[in-house]
Amino acid sequence: MATTPAVARRRTNTLIWIWTVFVLVAVYLPIVCGALASFNKSRYFGFPIKIYATEWWQKTLDSIEIGMLVRNSIAIALLVTVISVVIATFGALAFARYDWKGRRLYQKLIVLPIFFPQPVLGLALLLGFNAVGIQTSWLTAVFAHLVWIVPVVTLVIAIQVYGFDPSLEEAAYDLGCTRTQVFREVTLPLLWPGIWSGMLFAFLLSWSNFPLSLYTAGADSTIPKWLYAKMVAGYTPMVPALGTMATLGAASLLLGGGLVMLLLRRRQPA
Amino acid sequence: MADIALARASKMAPETARELRHARRLSVGARCALPVAVLLAIGFLAPMVAILAYSFATPRSFDVFRSFTLENFASLFDPTNTVWLSFAWSVGFALFTVAILAVIAYPIAYGLNAVFGRWAGFVSVLFVFPLFVSENVRLYGWVLFFIKNGVLDGTLKWLGFSGGPEVLYTPGVTLFGMAYTYLPFMLFPMTLGLALVPRDLVDAARDLGAGRLFIWREIELPLAMPGILIGMLLTFVLAVGATAEAKILGGQSIIVISHDIEIAFTYSQNWPLGSALAVVVSVFIAALTLVALSKLDLDRMLGRR
Repeated sequence: MATTPAVARRRTNTLIWIWTVFVLVAVYLPIVCGALASFNKSRYFGFPIKIYATEWWQKTLDSIEIGMLVRNSIAIALLVTVISVVIATFGALAFARYDWKGRRLYQKLIVLPIFFPQPVLGLALLLGFNAVGIQTSWLTAVFAHLVWIVPVVTLVIAIQVYGFDPSLEEAAYDLGCTRTQVFREVTLPLLWPGIWSGMLFAFLLSWSNFPLSLYTAGADSTIPKWLYAKMVAGYTPMVPALGTMATLGAASLLLGGGLVMLLLRRRQPA
Repeated sequence: MADIALARASKMAPETARELRHARRLSVGARCALPVAVLLAIGFLAPMVAILAYSFATPRSFDVFRSFTLENFASLFDPTNTVWLSFAWSVGFALFTVAILAVIAYPIAYGLNAVFGRWAGFVSVLFVFPLFVSENVRLYGWVLFFIKNGVLDGTLKWLGFSGGPEVLYTPGVTLFGMAYTYLPFMLFPMTLGLALVPRDLVDAARDLGAGRLFIWREIELPLAMPGILIGMLLTFVLAVGATAEAKILGGQSIIVISHDIEIAFTYSQNWPLGSALAVVVSVFIAALTLVALSKLDLDRMLGRR
């Protein structure tokens, strides 16, 4: 039992590494299972797979119905990204940069939609649209996504705002800049990395959202909505194929976005 | 309006410009919060009001704002109604999810702060990424894993065993799915919390001869508590409202509370009853969240990295 602290610590670290890798394998296992099922030639899934084929991928790519879903999902996610990043940038300044009277309360209220169960939020919005007499479509889904995504993006950008030195703005004011100039030349460039990651979050969270789209997109369908409908009734290998495509799309976006962020960080070591 | 006046005043009296700018900043903050506030007022508060209004409407009707009755709430709290069972399942699942995830996530959160070094960023990205894959897709991946002739069953048979256990469509696998889905929500607040523990303090305690268990119990745990509590709260609240796990993995063998709300709205077309149920759940969640958040300092949590 004569182990030195250094040896003991190294052993703990190894165990922590092993545990983390184990959990990560579990995290990605279902995604791998989906990918496997999409390359199965036969209509019904069985493992080990007897014949591998890409025909279901081809069918998914050729399907007009799926093309429409993908366009809906992209349109919703793009609109959500643009709107939420503008609102949330100001929201984050209010959250972290300025001292104002209602700030404490604001900080608490803004997290409520994040904590709120999304299916119930979706139903509540449906009820609201119904009460006002708005027909639900992909545009109402955009609004529903915003209610949940703007608070998330606000928190993401707020983290960047905390690391930002207000005296830089003060200096620009003292040098005679107008408010717009300060915002464009000082505030915005300093916040870029945070805004960029906020945009990535907004797009990807909207892209993958299911519960809100289910109740607020009306007759328009999105990728997760279609996948769920087919999982419940009418499985074809197009389900895992489209799921895997959506995952790969998100992964390449995250990779591309991450590279841009790296470049942004390198350009201004703030 | 007041702002324009202030701006004009600051041009006239430059010696007090700084002071005035400070005075103006109060209003700038509020104005920056305005778009978010409007969005949440229309998109969050108004639907909540609509739900509240509906919960007092005549059961099985759409007479919102025209009728007032407590019947919906009465039928929820009626002992013959089995809705409390759904609620109990949801809370039970959520409690177990929190306990399991606290144990699973703690070593990883510790690793992200103190062990992984330059790999920490990459490991965090790997844990964040699944959030961007629809939970349907991930949970369905588990169905393909656990199903008869699926990946687990098939592999075991191929290896010569008699096949995998039949776990699909049980409460156990629902709990597993919840722990799986909500792992990032426990992990990242916990990591932020552990980042608040000063290394020097741990080193000092060690130099003074404190044992590892002692350091963990007396220093690490209390100082990381705000983060751990946020993680627990987040996971608990999300798990209470979860439905996808019970539907996809649990095969609807158990009806959780959010699913009950959905059923009332869709299948049984009883919006007032569904609303009353949603009100009860919302009040429960909002009370829990606000009480917990009032004990925590978000500035300190998010500001320090």
